[in-house]
Amino acid sequence: MAIDQTRPLVVADARIQRALNRAPGEKSLVASPSAWLVWGGVVIFFIMLVGVIISVIVDSFGRQWFNTWLPEGWTTKWYSESWDRFGLAQVMGVTLGVAAITVVVSLVIGIPAAYVLARKSFPGKQLVNLLFLLPILVPPIAYGIPLATVMYNFGLGRTVTAVILVNLVPAVPFVIMTMTPFIEQINPSIENAARMSGANTMQLFTKILAPLLVPGILASAVLVLVRTVGLFELTFLVSGPGSDTLVVAIYRAMTASGGGEARQLVSSMGVLYTLTMMIILVIALRFVNPTQLVARVKDANDD
Amino acid sequence: MGLSHRLAERGIDRTLWLLLPGILFALVLFIYPFVYGMGLTIQPSARIADQWGNGIFANYIAFFNDPFIFDSVWITLKLAIPVALFNVIISVPIAFKLRGKFRGKRTLMTLLVLPITLGTVLTAQGMLIFLGRQGWLNKTLLEMGLIDQPIQFVMNYWGVAISLVISGFPFAFLLISSYLSGIDPSLEAAARTMGAGWGKRLTRITLPLLAPGLATTFILTFVLAFSVFPSARLVGDAMGSTRVMSLMAFRAFGEQNDYSMASTIALMMGLVEFVVVLLVLALRGTLYRGSTGGKG
Repeated sequence: MAIDQTRPLVVADARIQRALNRAPGEKSLVASPSAWLVWGGVVIFFIMLVGVIISVIVDSFGRQWFNTWLPEGWTTKWYSESWDRFGLAQVMGVTLGVAAITVVVSLVIGIPAAYVLARKSFPGKQLVNLLFLLPILVPPIAYGIPLATVMYNFGLGRTVTAVILVNLVPAVPFVIMTMTPFIEQINPSIENAARMSGANTMQLFTKILAPLLVPGILASAVLVLVRTVGLFELTFLVSGPGSDTLVVAIYRAMTASGGGEARQLVSSMGVLYTLTMMIILVIALRFVNPTQLVARVKDANDD
Repeated sequence: MGLSHRLAERGIDRTLWLLLPGILFALVLFIYPFVYGMGLTIQPSARIADQWGNGIFANYIAFFNDPFIFDSVWITLKLAIPVALFNVIISVPIAFKLRGKFRGKRTLMTLLVLPITLGTVLTAQGMLIFLGRQGWLNKTLLEMGLIDQPIQFVMNYWGVAISLVISGFPFAFLLISSYLSGIDPSLEAAARTMGAGWGKRLTRITLPLLAPGLATTFILTFVLAFSVFPSARLVGDAMGSTRVMSLMAFRAFGEQNDYSMASTIALMMGLVEFVVVLLVLALRGTLYRGSTGGKG
């Protein structure tokens, strides 16, 4: 191109030199003004994000914090106070218990369904697919309110059972969505060989498929775990004292009548929530790709 | 040939029983409540019947005629559509710059996942402190002399918008990155060989291929922003500029115990969302649909 020919040789030389210094496949990140714009955007986003997180942490350890850069003194009393006041031992128990049961039940229901959808074609398959897609597409409040009404009518309102049931609604389709590609990857001839050697369906699942599917099962288990611990809308509609999960307890403390609880109490609960999530996330990222946390997508270029 | 054999040829055999728990589950916990909720909407409560007549459609009449309820449709759309557009548009150049391999990519991706796990409730608490009148951001801007008095970031429209960007942008970015990685790089390389500059490559090759993926990302981000509920209450102006549909639905459900009106608002919420999604899908249908990546 004409432009390339008019560019001074020295510049071209330097560019080549830089290109040679880079590892193959690696791209330069410090280049044009547009790169600066992009990095500016990323930096602003991270300032917001880090600011939000650090503020909560500092606030939760601060004695009093008004119009100063840092609180006047440090204390851990907010943690013990919120632990007692909001019955956090029980709240944590409910949160983790609900999450664990939701994970197990959604796997038990979802994996066989995912298997059929991955392997078979049968009349009405599109309809079944749609049935499992709807709970993910419809906004949670839109189906959550009729669902919660049904729960109250059956006398399940404010019970842990109801919290588990509503959490299953998005969890099962999610397991099916994440498991299907994992099952599709397994060569069907392995199953055929097992069948010919006389394995029944139960044996096929426990002896052949389950060991091969361990990565997929772990991935969807941690994903459901993260989503269940974080799910607010549906849980909020059916839970009450004794069946609140941590997010809901925080929300209730923030909106309690009379202007809400002391800000530091809420912050200390927030830190507890973040810690729980971090631990799950650290475990999760050993098994799943970050993009999997948002959708079922294949990420060809990563690692 | 036996019946079972003929059925098996069409794909119907005993393995289909494995679907049964899943289907039962969806029927009992999703379809039944939904149909039940639709039934509720035509049994208006005494409160609504008094005000809007005794007909079975009193809830719907109330929904469309009571400005306090109906305005929430526009309030929700005015919040969700700009935020979803912003998240998609801002993600595209960033995803472009960060595609391919470079050191620290996985760390960056991991950091971007953080806000998804933080959730809207915790983000709201952090925003109240960090962006509040006495928060670090306002203090810094004051010290630098950029502003004379603290800016009101929270408890208004912008508070909710910022919160939706914090939770929605990483989502949009990760999706667009993965769509972008699905586009065959050799297409761009070919265009480059034939002498196309970066602008031409962008507008003639990459963007057209990416457009369907952008539409999908917009839909998913929109769905997230549309059902915003905690942040509209916690960092918004719940009685004014952020009185969104989900707040109205919850108000009817939890505060007035009017399950039939709550179901009506919930149903209309689903409907409004459906209309927007259909419009975007129709638009997407006019775009390129071929075999290379970037599709939703």
